[in-house]
Amino acid sequence: MNITFIFLAVVAAIVAWWLSQQRITAKPWLEAGSIVDTGASSRPAAKIGLGLFLVIVGSLFALLISAYSMRMDMGEWRPAPVPKLLWLNTGVLISSSGALQWAQIAARRGKMDGVRAGLLAGGVFALAFLAGQLWAWRQLDAAGYYLTANPAAAFFYLITGVHGLHLLGGLVALGRTMDKAWRAVTAGELRLSVELCAMYWHFLLLVWLIFFGLLLLTDPIVSDSGLVSLICRIL
Amino acid sequence: MVDIGTVEVIPPAEVEDVELYHPKSWVTKYVFCQDAKVIAIQYSITAISIGLVALVLSWFIRLQLAFPGTFSFITPSNYYQFITMHGMIMVIYLLTALFLGGFGNYLIPLMVGARDMVFPYVNMLSFWVYFLAVLVLVASFFAPGGPTGAGWTLYPPQAILAGTPGQDWGIILMLASLILFIIGFTMGGLNYVVTVLQGRTRGMTMMRLPLTVWGIFTATILALLAFPALFVASVMMLLDRVLGTSFFMPAIVQAGEHLKYGGGSPILFQHLFWFFGHPEVYIVALPAFGIVSDLISTHARKNIFGYRMMVWALVAIAVLSFIVWGHHMYISGMNPPFGFFFATSTLIIAIPTAIKVYNWVLTLWRGDIHLTVPMLFALGFIVTFVNGGITGLFLGNVIVDVPLSATMFVVAHFHMVMGIAPILVVFGGIYHWYPKITGRMWNERLGQFHFWVTFLGAYLIYFPMHYLGFIGVPRRYYELGETAFVPPSAGTLNVFITAAALIVGAAQMVFFFNLIWSLFKGKRAGGNPWRATTLEWQTPQTPPGHGNWGKELPIVYRWAYDYSVPGAEQDFLPQNQPPAKRMPVAAPS
Amino acid sequence: MATILALVLVLIVIGSVSFHLLSPWWLTPIASNWGYIDNTVILTFWITGFGYIAIILFMAFCVFRFRHREGRRAAYQPENNRLEWSLAIGTTVAVAALLGPGLFVWYQFVTVPKGADEIEVVGQQWQWSFRLPGRDGLLGTSDSRYISSDNPLGLNPNDPNGQDDLVIVADDLHLPLGKPVKVLLRSIDVIHDFYVPEFRAKMDLMPGLVTYFWFIPTRAGTFEVLCAAFCGVGHPEMRGSVVVENESAYQAWLQKQQTFAQLSARAKKVNLRQ
Repeated sequence: MNITFIFLAVVAAIVAWWLSQQRITAKPWLEAGSIVDTGASSRPAAKIGLGLFLVIVGSLFALLISAYSMRMDMGEWRPAPVPKLLWLNTGVLISSSGALQWAQIAARRGKMDGVRAGLLAGGVFALAFLAGQLWAWRQLDAAGYYLTANPAAAFFYLITGVHGLHLLGGLVALGRTMDKAWRAVTAGELRLSVELCAMYWHFLLLVWLIFFGLLLLTDPIVSDSGLVSLICRIL
Repeated sequence: MVDIGTVEVIPPAEVEDVELYHPKSWVTKYVFCQDAKVIAIQYSITAISIGLVALVLSWFIRLQLAFPGTFSFITPSNYYQFITMHGMIMVIYLLTALFLGGFGNYLIPLMVGARDMVFPYVNMLSFWVYFLAVLVLVASFFAPGGPTGAGWTLYPPQAILAGTPGQDWGIILMLASLILFIIGFTMGGLNYVVTVLQGRTRGMTMMRLPLTVWGIFTATILALLAFPALFVASVMMLLDRVLGTSFFMPAIVQAGEHLKYGGGSPILFQHLFWFFGHPEVYIVALPAFGIVSDLISTHARKNIFGYRMMVWALVAIAVLSFIVWGHHMYISGMNPPFGFFFATSTLIIAIPTAIKVYNWVLTLWRGDIHLTVPMLFALGFIVTFVNGGITGLFLGNVIVDVPLSATMFVVAHFHMVMGIAPILVVFGGIYHWYPKITGRMWNERLGQFHFWVTFLGAYLIYFPMHYLGFIGVPRRYYELGETAFVPPSAGTLNVFITAAALIVGAAQMVFFFNLIWSLFKGKRAGGNPWRATTLEWQTPQTPPGHGNWGKELPIVYRWAYDYSVPGAEQDFLPQNQPPAKRMPVAAPS
Repeated sequence: MATILALVLVLIVIGSVSFHLLSPWWLTPIASNWGYIDNTVILTFWITGFGYIAIILFMAFCVFRFRHREGRRAAYQPENNRLEWSLAIGTTVAVAALLGPGLFVWYQFVTVPKGADEIEVVGQQWQWSFRLPGRDGLLGTSDSRYISSDNPLGLNPNDPNGQDDLVIVADDLHLPLGKPVKVLLRSIDVIHDFYVPEFRAKMDLMPGLVTYFWFIPTRAGTFEVLCAAFCGVGHPEMRGSVVVENESAYQAWLQKQQTFAQLSARAKKVNLRQ
């Protein structure tokens, strides 16, 4: 559960920071009169909503990864060797995230062409990533690590599957943003949507990197060094 | 009293007014409606309807326990299906949905001074996904083999194996329904939290919020963080059941046959389940804490005692509730040192909880107590909550839990603390806000009758039940039969408890009659019948119209508890009433 | 109404306390060394009961004394830091008084004394089976892969330690009086819980794991074993018996039990004949 605890500690830190902005030691009964600053954020509600949503999704992945590492500690753990294809997929996902970052910068500068190019590239790379993940599934399946082979394989399919579904959901939002981008609205009107997409993509990239890192650390071929097993024990 | 701030009245231009969605047809006004108040009613009616099913199931359970073998329709399989569905419906589909989806939707926008939730469309989806979850749950009653009978904790391996009723379809539909519920709840929860964060009107700081909003707000955050654990557990078990993975399934030999499972860990499920399950207790309790604080303060005409401490205690309970889940697993064979940790964290959480109880009763001290029906329910809550809370100190203390766990003591404990106590608050809350929701007042005599039967009856059901647990009577027994350690007099006690349960259940019909009858025949209530300070009572229309506030949003000048302020003419000052002596524009004379 | 409510609250306190003192229903007479557990239960009763009575009576007093009357106005008191903190500290002390003894006894509960005899309880839907270590005092290894109709508990046929293990399928367990036993718990299908109310101690049988607890039987007699973890429709019928008796009776019973080797030999013979 250590990953979940780290995650919860991060959430607790955010909550503590937020509470510290809310003057929770003030004595409200002494303060009759008007107060201009209610402590609400100046960011748009949609961004705060997405931020909160990512915390929830973060909780989901923290728990999945915790379950994975807890099960790993219980012995009889026979994971599949990490498919080399995953390195390529990681690169594709980074490119996808980078393209959306590009679109976001272009939107801030008001360059519509850049926004369109960034969104399109981001979408194509994301689809390529999903295709690559499916291909990796087929490789594992062919190598005998099918879904019901053992818990290690099942966890791999589950976590990559949940991650892929989240990316698929993101593609729906991205599609709607692209739709708007081609219906000739100004870059300013698109800016929020593009920023939300970029934020979501960066988050899913982070989740992927953490999970991929864990896979590499526990890869039966690589993981005989003392450092790796030490880190595993901490996790 | 010190006045602060230099700006007397904030110009309306400083706060952007949100653009409201306006319904265009009957369907978008009453069915696929985006108005939080309508969604609240939809949530409440759905939750209470499915809750009534669970109530009837509890009668069957009690009939079987008092008169084992008398009723032919209660077979062992049915019995386990009844207890499973009763627990699951009451905890998740009734209490969670009613407190957050019902009270949350109605009260948050009104109490923080907003026109609606920040994402009304998502809010509407939230209800309909919840509704779908309820339909799937109901469908499991009609599926071949009936609903699952795995116990509400759904522990694998038993939950998905033969030997447990509802193994074919029931368990699949149950897990699907839970997954839907969590998705629907997440949509609503995002709304409740962001509306509190960003939707507050001018002058409404966090520390000026009524405790009801604080309670629902913290409970929603807990739920949003905890429900993913149930989501993960449900998805994994669904895969185990449908596709044959072995997340939770070790090598099993059942009835001489080697099953194809192997390598999974049932205890992993318990960790995930209770990582959700314990915060779930507080997801139900914190809104109740908040609402009861406001009921007591309003009807005792006195500010809630120790407001700041109440807020801090809520936050402390919320944080601690994430590190106590292991106390549900003391005898599950988990690593013994965990017992030390979880017992300590569990008993620590009793301290902020006790502080809340002290502050409620200290609010009564030197108050001006009006024993209205909502107040009666609030006081009844304190009795049952204190009772259920101290039995929690038994079960939380690891070694005391060893003999008592899995006995009727546990059943009595959690019904008292998270069944009866929150339900009394639900009743109190409904009586309290009914005049605002409908514009009419209920019948007081019927309300008092409802209170006395429910409160005393519930106490008579659950207080003696603890003693069955002391004897050692285990829970989840279709039939205990003749055993040396249980005296025959325990059977008499069971009959008494069943009689009380039937009476209490039947008395709820009086409540529903009162609500429906008053809807048409009740006296007109007026805008603020309780002379309360919070914003929902200050709306220009009662019931509040679409958009809540007419042309202009209210401006808040004070905290939510200015009751019986020395020097003030009335014994309450509404939150949107400016300080008297510095009114910039006096009434033209 | 205020008078009635105050009166009812007082009656609830009096009724609850007298029910506790006068009713015949209380902990089943103990038959193990875990009297300490009963003591912590009673200690918890005293401390929490005091709090319960104080809070409800205080509430009853307030409801009556500060009931609404014409012209009455409530006092104005937002908070009282000293009162709130002293109540918090008082509660902390009470909680520590519960926790300290509790954790002390838990430490004993999880610390098995040296020289405790190991026995094994095996649960399956819906019966109890037992295994005793035999003459060598060691239990052989086991694995669910070995389970068959001839080897219902899944003992490892190649483990020499297991050959003299006594296998008792769906029958009574006997234990000698006054000797510490470490009970190893194993399930071959779903979760069960080995529960003898008179022993106070109980523990889950978690499939895939071996769990344990220990106790000393202190009273001779026959005690019923129940399952305390829901395990399917047959859950309430999953019963067994533990017979606690003096050493000579116990030895006599031991002589009559079959070892694993004897059982396998007989099974082989039957198979050959077929």
